[in-house]
Amino acid sequence: MAVQQAIPKAQTGVPGGFSGSALRADFPVFDNPTGTGKRLVYLDAAASSPKPRVVIDTMADTYAHHYANVHRGIYELSEDATGRFEGARRKLAGFINAPTERECVFVRNATEAINLVAYSWGRTNVREGDRVITTQLEHHANIVPWQQLCAEVGATLEYVAITDDGRLDLDDLTAKLEPRDGRRPRLLAVAHVSNALGTINPVAELVEQGHAAGALVLVDAAQSAPHMPVDVRAFGCDFLALSGHKMLGPSGIGALWARRELLEEMPPFMTGGSMIIRVTLEGAEWNEVPYKFEAGTPAIVEAIGLGAAIDYLSAIGMDRVRAHEKYLFEHAWTALSEIPGVRLLGPADPDLHAGVISLLLDGVHPHDVATIFDHEGVAVRAGHHCAMPVMLRYDIPATTRASFYVYNDLDDVEALSSAVGEVQRVFGVSS
Amino acid sequence: MDNLYRDFILEHYRTPHNKGHLDPHDLEFADSNPTCGDEMSMTIQLDGSKDRIADVAFDGRGCAISQASASILTDDLRGKSLNEIKAMDPKQLLDELGVPIGPARLKCALLSYKVLQGAVRGAEVAWPKEAEAMAGA
Repeated sequence: MAVQQAIPKAQTGVPGGFSGSALRADFPVFDNPTGTGKRLVYLDAAASSPKPRVVIDTMADTYAHHYANVHRGIYELSEDATGRFEGARRKLAGFINAPTERECVFVRNATEAINLVAYSWGRTNVREGDRVITTQLEHHANIVPWQQLCAEVGATLEYVAITDDGRLDLDDLTAKLEPRDGRRPRLLAVAHVSNALGTINPVAELVEQGHAAGALVLVDAAQSAPHMPVDVRAFGCDFLALSGHKMLGPSGIGALWARRELLEEMPPFMTGGSMIIRVTLEGAEWNEVPYKFEAGTPAIVEAIGLGAAIDYLSAIGMDRVRAHEKYLFEHAWTALSEIPGVRLLGPADPDLHAGVISLLLDGVHPHDVATIFDHEGVAVRAGHHCAMPVMLRYDIPATTRASFYVYNDLDDVEALSSAVGEVQRVFGVSS
Repeated sequence: MDNLYRDFILEHYRTPHNKGHLDPHDLEFADSNPTCGDEMSMTIQLDGSKDRIADVAFDGRGCAISQASASILTDDLRGKSLNEIKAMDPKQLLDELGVPIGPARLKCALLSYKVLQGAVRGAEVAWPKEAEAMAGA
């Protein structure tokens, strides 16, 4: 059975050139109303995105007709599965403009990608007295692996401060990158986009500064790869991590991209089948990259599903995805700013802000906001967004976060504003 | 929605009973809700027998459900013995809240119960099974 390729509908006259509301037809989750009979207004892509039918169908079709283990069977079905699996790797390489798909390692998610670097590269290269630099803007996935590494080897982890409007403090970055006692920092680990505030970091500049200071640079692209062009050659970075489930793909699949010479030098993270060339009773010889880092049977169908998600996004074009979300962000930011009692976090400049809005409502806890939103059919995240150091920075327990994607449109922005009004009505606070 | 956020819940949220910190106190405990990071502490003064609660206060910030639940729970504690507290059924607190609490909010409603149990037992206790309809963060 051939899987039908969904073609995003063109619409003229709007930035991005396509209609978000028309795209909803591609996502089965929007077929049914919510439990309270409302239209589903899904504003939680930053946590995980819905899946277009083409991804679901591709996975079902793979399981039904093209499934066998990969890189093992000397029979047609296995060769077919291997071809589709490796095809997905090539799509991924193209999507991030990697020089070769051999630099793309399939992992479970961005968290595992960062842990792979921390365990393999980190435990080989970071030594007692060394420094690792990250930022206070990071997701826990780009903090805790470095805390563990530094505690284990006796290195120091330092955090670049953030400004009142949620940008990295670039003066502080410069100071943190200075050599100390004649020693240069080993690594700068930084997000392209903050999942908690939506800040877009000037990633190419950060990489340049990190390299000038003698550090390698890891970019956490979990929150950016789904929403804007990500180009490892333009960034110039050394490592890049992403998750499939945030970019229309299935859960359980993500990727680490790293420069080939780094991957060649790094020891394996996990060991076992697939990642070896030869095993004797005395030891083992590692397979070539990227297989050296893919022990055991991989998430075959998930990788192929991610390939279908990449095809879907590429058919739209990542520049257009970004333009669409910027347009929604500008409308939402303006509408929410006009409501008394609403406080918005992160930079106001739409060029520095992805389609993620973290907000606070005077007198109402974010959990209560999200519960009332849910009743209105509006799905958002309330909490610390796995970025507790960001909450500490602004002395808040949590925020309510709305995040946009390709299937959102101005009707969703309106639903968001009116849900805020409903919260203020229920709580009897100013509106 | 007005079903969950009934007037008396919002009343307890806006003007919580027994909010603050007792000093001196005999028992003190703090705990948090991993789903949202909200923290709550409780301070307790015992009577002369050191077996019954003379006064109690809770502190911390949180959502309407967790604050109203702590306000309602602490209203009922004075004069109760430590053994009576230990034997308290968390369902009773959910009943007293009297509003439908969805699975995602059960920990908000039961955080005060968990902090109270921690205070009288002197160590953190597990979430009651009533709160486990959904896994933590």
